[in-house]
Amino acid sequence: MQKKKSKYLWILSAVTVVFVLFIWWLVTDGLGIFTSNTLPSPIKIVQAFIKKLTDPNPDGATLGAHLLSSLKIVLSGYLLGVVIGIPMGIVMAWYEKADLMIRPVFDMIRTVPGIAWVPVMVVFCGIGFTSKAIVIFIGAVVANVINAYSGIKQTKQVHLWVGATFGASNWQLLTKIALPSAFPMIINGLKLSLGGAWTTIVAAELLASNRGIGYMIQQARGILRPDIIIVGMFVIGIVGSLLMLPISLLEKKVMKGGKW
Amino acid sequence: MMGEQKTKAAGARVEVRNLTKKFGDLLVLDDISFNVEKGEFLCIVGPTGCGKTTFLNSLTRLYDLTAGEILVNGEAVDPKKHNISYIFQEYSAMPWLSVEDNIRFGLDIKGVPKQEAQENVEEMLEIVGLEKFRKQYPHQLSASMLQRVSIARAFATKPDLLLMDEPYGQLDIELRFKLEDELIKLWEKLGTTVLFITHNIEEAVYLGQNIMVLTNKPTKVKTVIPDEIPHPRDVTAPEFVKLRNYVTDMIKWW
Ligand SMILES: Nc1ncnc2c1ncn2[C@@H]1O[C@H](COP(=O)(O)OP(=O)(O)OP(=O)(O)O)[C@@H](O)[C@H]1O
Ligand SMILES: [Mg+2]
Repeated sequence: MQKKKSKYLWILSAVTVVFVLFIWWLVTDGLGIFTSNTLPSPIKIVQAFIKKLTDPNPDGATLGAHLLSSLKIVLSGYLLGVVIGIPMGIVMAWYEKADLMIRPVFDMIRTVPGIAWVPVMVVFCGIGFTSKAIVIFIGAVVANVINAYSGIKQTKQVHLWVGATFGASNWQLLTKIALPSAFPMIINGLKLSLGGAWTTIVAAELLASNRGIGYMIQQARGILRPDIIIVGMFVIGIVGSLLMLPISLLEKKVMKGGKW
Repeated sequence: MMGEQKTKAAGARVEVRNLTKKFGDLLVLDDISFNVEKGEFLCIVGPTGCGKTTFLNSLTRLYDLTAGEILVNGEAVDPKKHNISYIFQEYSAMPWLSVEDNIRFGLDIKGVPKQEAQENVEEMLEIVGLEKFRKQYPHQLSASMLQRVSIARAFATKPDLLLMDEPYGQLDIELRFKLEDELIKLWEKLGTTVLFITHNIEEAVYLGQNIMVLTNKPTKVKTVIPDEIPHPRDVTAPEFVKLRNYVTDMIKWW
C-alpha cells in the first residue's frame, strides 16, 4: 500500500514541471507577450545552451571552459577548506588549549562574510584563480570548523560516560564516541560550505573575473543576451545539486541508523 | 557455548571509606562507609534525590570525591584497571551503532580479541532476546529493547563489578519480571558483584542479598538488611511479604 502510493507520487512533480514549461512557452513563443530580448522561450534556451557548448562567443569561452574554470576554483578552495577545517574544529572542541589559541584569530575571520574578502584578495592576488580560491577556502574553513566544533561539543555526556566507565582512553573517547556523535553536524558543515562555496564563486566572478560561469552571465547581461544568462543560471543550479550528490551518498552510507 | 573459565567474572570487593560528596555547598553524601563483598548482590534504596546516582558516579570516578576513598580489590578504583560496567539511569545506547555493535562496544574499548568478543555478543544477544534485531539501530527500537541493549552491553564484558541505576524503572511489569530473572541468572553464572539501585522495594527484596537503605540528604547509610530468602523467590510468599514490609518501614521512619 505504502509503496504503491509513493511510486506514483513523482507524477505530481512532473505535472508541475510540464505546467510551468507550458506557461513559459505560452507567454513567449506562444502568445508573444515577452520578446526574446526580455524573456526567451524554453526552446530558445535549449538552443542557446547547445550553441554555447561549442561557441566561445560572445564572452571568449565555451560553456564547458567557463564551467571548468569555476569548478576548479570551487573544488580547490572547498576541498582544502574541508581538509583543514574539520580537523581544526575537532581539535578546538576536544583540546581546550588549542581552542584558546586558535579562537581569537578564528573569531576575527569568521565575522567577515566570504564575498567581502573579494576586494582585498583581488588587490593581493589579482582576479585569477588564487584570489577566488582563497576566498572560497576561507568560507569553507569557517563553516567546517564551526560545525565540527559544535558537533563534538554536543556529544551526549552519558555516551562519554559509557566509554569512561569501560576504561576508554582519551583517544578512544574522541574517536569512538565524540566523532561519530559529531558526524551529522560534520556532514551539515560539508553541505553548507559547499552551497556557500558555489554561491561565492558565482558572486566573485560577477564582481571580478575574466572566466567562469559568473563571468559569462555578467558579460551576457552587458550585451542583453537573457538566453545566455538563463543558461548560466540553469547550469549553476544543476551543477550545484550534482556537487551535493557525493555528500548525500556519504551521509546515507554512514547514517544507516537514522539521524541523531 | 563458552568454557566455564571465560564466563566466570572474578567479582570485585568494594570498600567505601568516609565517602563525602558536595556540589558547591550542597552536601549530598555525608561520610559514608561500607563494604561490598566479592560476588555480592547489593540493592540500594533511598528517597528521590538522596544521591544514589551521585554515589555510582563517584564510585566510577565520573565525579571527583570531596573526601574519602573508594577501593576495589584493595586499590583506588580506576575504570581503566578494574573491569566495571555501569548501566545508566538514562538511555545510553549509541545511535550510530547497530544493536550488535552497541553490545560489542565495551569489548571493543577493552581490546578483547575479535573471536572472543563475537562469542560474548552472540551469548548476550540470546540472553536479552535481541537476536532478530541485531542489525537494527536504536531509533528503531522500543524503550524496553533499548534498555536490554544497555544491559547486554554491560554484561558482555563480564564485569567484576556491575552497577545498575534503576535500570528497570521505565519498563512495564511483565518485562521487568523477565529481566529481573535474567539478571539473577547472569549474576549466578558470572559471579559478578552487583550494586543495584531501585525505588521499587519489591524489586530490591526480590533481587538482593543485602538491601542498603539510605537516608534523606545529607545522605548516610541508614541500615543494611540481609535478604536470605533462597532463589527463586516468590513475591507472594509470607516471608517475602514480611521482609518487604520491614524494608518499607525502614524507609518510612526517618
Ligand atoms: N552534577 C551535579 N551538580 C550539582 N548538583 C548535583 C549534580 N548531580 C546531582 N546533584 C544534586 O545532588 C542530589 C542527588 O542527586 P542524585 O541524582 O544523585 O539523586 P538520586 O538519588 O539518584 O535521585 P533519583 O532517585 O531521582 O534518581 C540532588 O539534590 C541533585 O540536585
Ligand atoms: Mg538517580
